[in-house]
Amino acid sequence: MFWLFAAFAIGGALMCITRRSPVASALWLVETLFSLAAIFVLLDAQFIAALQVMVYAGAIMVLFLFVIMLLNLGRERATDMRGWTGRLVALALGLVLVTELWVLVRSPLAGPIQLPAGSLSRVAQERGVVGVISDSLFRTYLVPFEVTSILLLAAIVGAVVLAKRRL
Amino acid sequence: MNEIPPAVSWTWLVVALPLAGFVANGALSFFAPHAKRAISAVGVGVLVASFAVALLVVRAVGAAPPEEPWILTYWSWMPAGSLQLNLAFQVDQLSAVMLMVVTGVSALIHIYSVGYMGEDPGYARYFAYLNLFVCFMLVLVLGANFPVMFVGWEGVGLCSYLLIGFWYEDKVNADAGKKAFIMNRIGDFGFLVAMFLIFQATGSLTFREVFAAAPAIFELGGPTITLITLMLFLGCTGKSAQIPLYTWLPDAMAGPTPVSALIHAATMVTAGVYLVARTNVLFAMAPVSSAVVAGVGAITAVFAATIALKQWDIKKIIAYSTVSQLGYMFLGVGVGAYASGIFHLATHAFFKALMFLSAGSVIHALHHAYHATGRHEDAQDLRNMGGLRRYLPWTAALMWIGGLANIGVPPLAGFFSKDDILARTFARGHEAGIYYLFWALGAVGALLTAIYMTRLLVYTFHGPNRTGEREAGHLHEAPWVMTGPLVVLGLGAVTAGAVNLPAVLPGAEWLARWLEPVTLLGGQYLLESHLGTATEWTLLALAAGIAALGIFGAWRLLQPAALKPAREAPAETGIQRVLLRKYYVDELYDTLFVRPTAWLSDRVLWKIIDAFIIDGVAVNGVGRLARFAGWVGSRLQTGQVGTYVVLFVLGTIVLLRALLRS
Amino acid sequence: MLLGPALAVSAILFSLGVAGVLLRRNAIIIFMCVELMLNAANLAFVTLAQQLGPEGQVIVFFVMAVAAAEAAVGLAIVLAIYRHKQTLDIKDINLLRG
Repeated sequence: MFWLFAAFAIGGALMCITRRSPVASALWLVETLFSLAAIFVLLDAQFIAALQVMVYAGAIMVLFLFVIMLLNLGRERATDMRGWTGRLVALALGLVLVTELWVLVRSPLAGPIQLPAGSLSRVAQERGVVGVISDSLFRTYLVPFEVTSILLLAAIVGAVVLAKRRL
Repeated sequence: MNEIPPAVSWTWLVVALPLAGFVANGALSFFAPHAKRAISAVGVGVLVASFAVALLVVRAVGAAPPEEPWILTYWSWMPAGSLQLNLAFQVDQLSAVMLMVVTGVSALIHIYSVGYMGEDPGYARYFAYLNLFVCFMLVLVLGANFPVMFVGWEGVGLCSYLLIGFWYEDKVNADAGKKAFIMNRIGDFGFLVAMFLIFQATGSLTFREVFAAAPAIFELGGPTITLITLMLFLGCTGKSAQIPLYTWLPDAMAGPTPVSALIHAATMVTAGVYLVARTNVLFAMAPVSSAVVAGVGAITAVFAATIALKQWDIKKIIAYSTVSQLGYMFLGVGVGAYASGIFHLATHAFFKALMFLSAGSVIHALHHAYHATGRHEDAQDLRNMGGLRRYLPWTAALMWIGGLANIGVPPLAGFFSKDDILARTFARGHEAGIYYLFWALGAVGALLTAIYMTRLLVYTFHGPNRTGEREAGHLHEAPWVMTGPLVVLGLGAVTAGAVNLPAVLPGAEWLARWLEPVTLLGGQYLLESHLGTATEWTLLALAAGIAALGIFGAWRLLQPAALKPAREAPAETGIQRVLLRKYYVDELYDTLFVRPTAWLSDRVLWKIIDAFIIDGVAVNGVGRLARFAGWVGSRLQTGQVGTYVVLFVLGTIVLLRALLRS
Repeated sequence: MLLGPALAVSAILFSLGVAGVLLRRNAIIIFMCVELMLNAANLAFVTLAQQLGPEGQVIVFFVMAVAAAEAAVGLAIVLAIYRHKQTLDIKDINLLRG
């Protein structure tokens, strides 16, 4: 199952970065996000999966599409991909990066805390999917939680101001 | 050490007075160059005063001759670790003799210059330089250690350059000055190397310490001492114009005649002889070097005399004569007769200065004559002279006295001093045959001296006058301010011989005995060599005979009537041309040394090293490199987001790499 | 359990995002690739949350919130730029040039 969704995610990402039309790219990104949500579920992060679909795929990507439509970028005449040099550079750097990350991943990342296997799913069963994070969120990380709302407020105001035709 | 007499403690004044004269005249040359009376008063006054003080000092030395020299230390110059160099003067018998010669002859020449240079626009500058020269020369002879002496050594070289090129607007004169200075420099290199070696071996540069330590430190005839003395002698060949560094002296005649008299006859060129005499213990310990000194001296004596035979310029003849006589002096000190060398130095100062100054009178007269008639002939060419004894009787008489003294006619001074040297050379003959050869060279040189000197005098003063009909009316004797010093010098040339008469005569060898405390150290290495009385008398007679032979031979063979004035004279051919052209030595040096050096300087040092490497690579290259680095940096600031992103990612990769390593 | 492969996927997605940013010239598409990178990071966090505790998921929560804010503001900026220059090609947006 995991591999299926992984394949979808990676394929979607590939499509996203290579499509000519911005709308197509956006839609492929949505597909990728959905696959990721599925993977989240498989990783015992059901609440996060839901959030992913609602917030990311549902709100952010919709916003993207709005802007694309607004700017009338629907049909693309010439490709906006870079020339051969650019592609080479992108390919090279991408490969290097993935190699490095892979090596990093392989290296021992043993941390001090190690939950017993499957413990997260047990917590989910006991307290519900949201309960997994509720403790941390509303106790330890309460302040960041509140700050985030202020951040969102600032973002709203900023977006409105920046997008005005006339200040 | 004995107590220093009060008069001796005034020695510094002897040096300080000419220095003050230099400063004063220098200032006058800027502010009041036409204040002739003031300049003369200062210029001559300081010299006369200096001479007076020197006289007192010498009298004190004479009254209580010191066994050890009196050292007067004025100033700590270079305290450098174990080496303590002071500005110190040394007063002993040798420096006393040199003091007398230098201040005395200088004072007379200064007086003469008042007349000779009277109409020159650079009058103040002339006296300034002349005073400075005397100051440096005195530093040279009074120095108590090698560096102080070297200061004087260099200083007189500098003044020589300044004075030779006095009329610098004419390139020939400037070139002559440069030539003198550069050739001196080559010699100075030898002096410096010798100084370094001496310091390395003995740890000191003070005369007293070095000479005291020398017998213990150096191996007799060993390589170190030989090298040191040869290097010192190299300095002497430069300063005193011996082979191979003599070619600057004839060219130096481009300077005013009193300069030639003072610097290139009486004082500066004798510095080399003084050096050898002062460091006699070092030379005595290196028999090879001493032989070289004697040999070079003898060869130079003959060589220069042959050149003088065919020169037409009156000053050049006297110049080559100087080179030749210096050769005799070196012959003297080379065979260990240090006192004899100094003796000849002193007598030569008299008669050579006399010769030069008399020649100056002659030239002065001809200049006036040509000036009056508007012609531009060479006032120094013998072929334009002739029969001048009718017009310049005093000059003629005095120049004859000087000439005879130079030739060595008894009882004039030159006879005794030259004979002294030759006798001592001969006396060492039984040690090694080469000394007989040197003696023979000396004798040949004496004959040649007689010939060329007589030629000079006859062509100048006797026979028909070739100056020209109209000029003849303008020829007249020099003013008294010029003739007066000539008379004094003439007296010296006549009587100075009494100072060191040969052993067989009563009252003999006074100077040698007086200088004994100085020459003692060196003398102990010389084998006792005494000539038998008969041999001495024979040699005396021989010397006189050679002189007479030369004079009469030349008198007979010369035909002054057959000469034509310089403008119409035919070119020389054959051997005469070789002699006239000084054996083409200058041309040889030019090809061997001057041209390659000039080529090297132009092609390599200038074009490649200076322009290309230093300017191009180092200076401009650094600039260009900086600009290039800046350009590279600027390429990063494209303003393109894409570029920045790439750099971003690159940075991240590098960071991850670093993470990986740790 | 799924640690290794999931992290691998995360790495690949991230690199793809980087490649996309380097490849494309359209500002909005670049933006989308940045979002892709953020998601890859989220995946990594969630994966590790399985091992190390729910803090990972809390972080993802915050990341999403911030991503939303950032997307809003960023798109507003893109809009403003489009109004000015009539183009979204980042090659033409070079006023930062030094």
